[in-house]
Amino acid sequence: MILAIDIALLVMLAVVGIAIIRLRNLFAVVMLSGIYSLLMASTFVLLDAVDVAFTEAAVGAGISTVLLLGVLTLTKSREKIPVTTPLLPLVTVVVTGALLIYGTWDLPAFGDPNAPAHRHVAPEYLAEATHETGAPNVVTAVLASYRGYDTLGEVTVIFTAGIGVLLLLSGSGVLRRREPEENDDKPGGAA
Amino acid sequence: MKHHLILRVIAKLTIPGILLFGLYVQFHGDYGPGGGFQAGVIFGAGFILYGLVFGLQNLRRVAPASVTTTFIALGVLIFAGVGIASQLLGGNYLDYDVLAADPHAGQHLGILVVELGVGITVAAVMITIFMTFAGRER
Amino acid sequence: MEVHGHFNYWIVVVLMMIGFYALIARGNLIKKIVGLNIFQASVFLLFISFGKVSGGSAPIIAEGIQAYSNPLPHVLILTAIVVGVATTALGLALVVRINEAYGTIEENEIAQMDSET
Repeated sequence: MILAIDIALLVMLAVVGIAIIRLRNLFAVVMLSGIYSLLMASTFVLLDAVDVAFTEAAVGAGISTVLLLGVLTLTKSREKIPVTTPLLPLVTVVVTGALLIYGTWDLPAFGDPNAPAHRHVAPEYLAEATHETGAPNVVTAVLASYRGYDTLGEVTVIFTAGIGVLLLLSGSGVLRRREPEENDDKPGGAA
Repeated sequence: MKHHLILRVIAKLTIPGILLFGLYVQFHGDYGPGGGFQAGVIFGAGFILYGLVFGLQNLRRVAPASVTTTFIALGVLIFAGVGIASQLLGGNYLDYDVLAADPHAGQHLGILVVELGVGITVAAVMITIFMTFAGRER
Repeated sequence: MEVHGHFNYWIVVVLMMIGFYALIARGNLIKKIVGLNIFQASVFLLFISFGKVSGGSAPIIAEGIQAYSNPLPHVLILTAIVVGVATTALGLALVVRINEAYGTIEENEIAQMDSET
């Protein structure tokens, strides 16, 4: 049963992805990317990553969609028909994809409990985390305690991105400086 | 959105729930799914919903740009400050064992404070990003 | 293991290539950013698929549960998602500025304007 749901969700993800590429109406693209995130979150629940699913549903389907819609109101909502042929990118994508799928043969089978990833630090975290940190949710324990440095770095990245957006959009210094020049040029050009 | 009566009423009903849920996720992250990142996003989403329905001016009144900008830095400072505090108490950087009398309580306190820092920064960044995009004139 | 042994990975590759295609074949900057998001989400799915253990449960310690899925990929991806939206916002901010400076978000038109001046 779980297998069937998993396959259905993954196929729907692929279909939504293809629809995103084919559509030219950017509003539809943004809505579909929200659906894509929601499907992704459902898949994460199925794969036992409840914390990640939680984040993906809130971020991908919520905040990202609002941001993209906000940008669409500032720009144009229709994509122009490309002039170049998509043949070369298509060949590149197919060849790269074929190579990557060839590479998946060497990966351990999906769900294999003896995969190398499950035999390194993960058993230790699962065994020790609760009595070392008192948090039953191992993800939180690893995130905040064992990998505190990592998380500090991530928070700094978010901080930097927030500052970057503020710098790019809150003032319009560069534009204002350029506009008088253009205004000076235009009457001269017209005359 | 002055004319969308249903939207306004529903938003008024749901926003307190969203904010409360955000706080629950923030402080219950040790025991169930949740934590600073999720809570920050949910808390920010509550404010963004308010801004979408009641207009940017009202959102600015609730969350002035100066406050949100300060909170962006405050969260990172709280996180880094916990590291400094544990160093001053004789441990390694971000080693929460020394924060309280026994390591168990120390870890618990450390995780709680660090997650709070994460939540503050994430929520403030989300609100700030939304406000800067929405406040941009076409 | 049978067909399902690698099915998740194949879908990951397909999604990755869909995002990659949107990124290199499309000239519209917003479409490119959506493509980047698809690519990014496919990597998330790859990591979470690695973390799944058959018969395992979500990594929240409770009595009566024998096997848990690997919590480490969850931690890595959890932070990556939020960082992802922050960097997406940065990219979108650049798109808004480009649109203000050039009046278009189509790559070829921007390149044309640049070559004219």
